[in-house]
Amino acid sequence: MAETKFPRVFTGAHGPEDGAGETTPWPDDVPPDQDDTWYPLRDDPWRARRMEYVIAAFWAITALCGLGLIVVYCTGGEAQYEGWLLLGAFATLGTGLLLWARYLLPGHDIAASRGHHVSDPEERAAIVESLSRGTDSLMSRRGFLVKKVLVPVGGIFGVAAIFPLASLGNRPGRALYHTKWYSGARLVTEDGQALHVDDIMVDGILTVFPEGYINDSASAAVVLNVGGALVQARHGQADFEVVSGANGIVAFSKICTHAGCAVSLFNVFSMQLICPCHQSTFNILQDCEPVFGPASRPLPQLPLLVRPDGYLIAATDFVEPVGPGFWNRSGD
Amino acid sequence: MSTVAERSAARKRAQLEQKALDWADDRLGSSKWLRSAMDKIFPDHWSFMVGEIAMYCFVILLATGIYLALFYNASSTVVVYHGPYKPLDGQSMTEAFASVINISFSVRAGLVMRQAHHWAAVIFMAAITFHMGRIFFTGAFRRPREINWIIGITLLLVAMLEGFSGYSLPDDLLSGSGLRVVFSIVQSIPFVGPWLAFNLWGGAFPGSGVFFERLFLIHEFLFPALLAGLLGGHLAILWHQKHTDFAGPGKTEHNIVGSRLWPQYAIKSQALLMFVAAVIFGLGGLVQINPIWVFGPFEAARSSAGTQPDWYVGWLDGALRLWPHWEFRSFGHEIANPFFPGILLPGLVFTVIYAWPWIDKRLYADYEEHNLLDRPRDKPLRTALGVAALVFFIDLTLASATDVIGNGLQISFERLIEILQYGSFIGPIVGGLVAYRACILLQGGNVHPIQRPVGGTIVRDERGAYHTLGASHGENGHEGEGHDVDGHTGNGHTGNGHGDETTLERGPAGG
Ligand code: HEM
Ligand code: FES
Repeated sequence: MAETKFPRVFTGAHGPEDGAGETTPWPDDVPPDQDDTWYPLRDDPWRARRMEYVIAAFWAITALCGLGLIVVYCTGGEAQYEGWLLLGAFATLGTGLLLWARYLLPGHDIAASRGHHVSDPEERAAIVESLSRGTDSLMSRRGFLVKKVLVPVGGIFGVAAIFPLASLGNRPGRALYHTKWYSGARLVTEDGQALHVDDIMVDGILTVFPEGYINDSASAAVVLNVGGALVQARHGQADFEVVSGANGIVAFSKICTHAGCAVSLFNVFSMQLICPCHQSTFNILQDCEPVFGPASRPLPQLPLLVRPDGYLIAATDFVEPVGPGFWNRSGD
Repeated sequence: MSTVAERSAARKRAQLEQKALDWADDRLGSSKWLRSAMDKIFPDHWSFMVGEIAMYCFVILLATGIYLALFYNASSTVVVYHGPYKPLDGQSMTEAFASVINISFSVRAGLVMRQAHHWAAVIFMAAITFHMGRIFFTGAFRRPREINWIIGITLLLVAMLEGFSGYSLPDDLLSGSGLRVVFSIVQSIPFVGPWLAFNLWGGAFPGSGVFFERLFLIHEFLFPALLAGLLGGHLAILWHQKHTDFAGPGKTEHNIVGSRLWPQYAIKSQALLMFVAAVIFGLGGLVQINPIWVFGPFEAARSSAGTQPDWYVGWLDGALRLWPHWEFRSFGHEIANPFFPGILLPGLVFTVIYAWPWIDKRLYADYEEHNLLDRPRDKPLRTALGVAALVFFIDLTLASATDVIGNGLQISFERLIEILQYGSFIGPIVGGLVAYRACILLQGGNVHPIQRPVGGTIVRDERGAYHTLGASHGENGHEGEGHDVDGHTGNGHTGNGHGDETTLERGPAGG
């Protein structure tokens, strides 16, 4: 071959290493005139040796970092030092390996045949024969056993396999329709403190739970004082609000009707509740209708009453399911 | 150059090696395979390292993950924390949360391991995404590599789920809100939604005691085993089909040019593993990630603003924000809002991605086998569609940070969401048109954005060989005009063994 497409590889110039006798040329799928033993520093022993020392120096740093890691660990551990040392150890180890491969190891820029990754046509034909030897006998008598027997039998047996799924206990039942609010439940804060009608200040929201169910997330509600502002209630829900002196007190479910996050931001100027998850915004003065964002239903309002001793209580549970929607939400 | 001593050492070593390999061959008949394995050639283009980076991230995830698993406690029993992290002292939290706090503050080297694990997950996903982009834009998914495209997309999906399940394990406020949203998405599935959600969580949200045990099992066993199995298949197929390569001097559809696996490529690849580890463990020690002690334990009645999930689920969170407030209600049933952005959209996206190799065949009426890659500019339509998809993805990802961006830019989040809603339509169109134009312009020029310029237009002849036409002069030592990049010029085809080696004709398809 006269052409030298790969000046470094198609040799003629440097043949297989001679003298040693044990360097056989690398294998068959390589065009024979490529020199498999070539590497950049092969013909320059002095630089090759110097490169070995450079690599050794890098790996010495690796070892030092390793020692450093042991010291850091034994003195109590400290993430910053560990970070630097790990960085140093791995980076120097890698650099040494890279230099080694790049300058001192053979096997660069070799061209080889891709070979055939598919089978010969004869083999393809032969396998069909083998396969149909089986399928032909399985389907004998026009497939009586398979089509007429196995298919229906498999169907029946398969149906039997579905039944155990019914044992899975956690059927939602009515769980999504109700919360733990009950008639007469006092509104208590996270710390278990029951709220008095005079505790609710204008300008803030409080998160409340039904007394006895402080950790029940589905029951979480926000209660707030709208002062003298008029809350436009939904049809039939006008008496859900408690009016005490100049103050109107309302409570809404805190579970976002979009995807269930806690609606925990309150904009006092626009009287809006905002869900931090996807920014659905609910207008308190308009029965908590969503005015922006992906939520499409208002936050359900909790019907409130005041006990003679001044404590706020729920008149009943929410009158509709709280939180995000589901297939049969409106079914009763 | 070798001394007598060196030669005799080499002979001794060869004898030992022979013995070991004979032992194996007597039992497994392994010599033939092993030899072809060691002699295997891998091309050296930098973009082919990205998949390897992903693989090495997985290795590091396994190593750090096994360590973390020895300390993590998948229990939702509530305990009161007493420990070195004073701000949380005396606070009640689940044992799961407490165990992750302990990993971070009480277990020596625990914080580095944990942060390295999280950084590895984030970089793993980035590497997978980049790798996928490389495959897409260069047409590496074309016949015969469709199966590896399918496996690759499945790996991406499972890795996403694996990342999300891991992110949720600490039971902190941030990941708890994420789980709440996922519960609502599952609940929104028509007909079976509520039943499915209740059975996965063991009851209404936040679920019963079984939930974190299940999540842990899924995260530390089910998904990693799936990933390992799929990865094995991915690599086995790659091994059999051999790697693709860019067209270039000396490269044809029938040859492969690069480094030998043993020792060149093996050592180089180990170097890459070390560099990946250097970055991941460096970040793990030096750059804080997911400081759950700042977020605090999960409480369903709380959620805080200005928080984002890990970047690779951002696009789904963004989709939930941008999707209009529709719900479908009729006949006493409803399809709740989260179903559309949370199930339908990703379902459609992944269906199209899975089907892409076949869509591409139709688009280009090209059912042939390809071992040489496309330059992205030479397939302007595919490139434009890919860029459009990327812009769409970026738009959704930005939407997941509307509150943060809004604060930064001093725009209200309402405006920002509107802008991004329009952007999700207009952005891809504009991005696609710009990319298309850019491809056409680049085709006219000679500069290859991802490879050393070879000059001229590369054309493929009926034998599958590539030639440069109408080139200027070569820029890296190869002659330009009419230069044959087939691996041998003119008389190379005229017979002898070498010519046949590099231009194997294959079957009736002819390449
Ligand atoms: C293969 C891909 C994997 C990904 C993408 C991944 C991702 C994650 C992520 C994002 C976290 C959250 C960590 C944090 O809060 O800082 C995590 C936690 C965890 N992972 Fe993985 N992981 C993977 C594999 C594994 C494996 C194989 C194991 C164990 C066999 C494992 C065990 C753990 C444990 C125990 C935790 C919880 C402890 C903690 O948060 O600090 N992971 N994982
Ligand atoms: S959960 Fe409230 S806006 Fe999505």
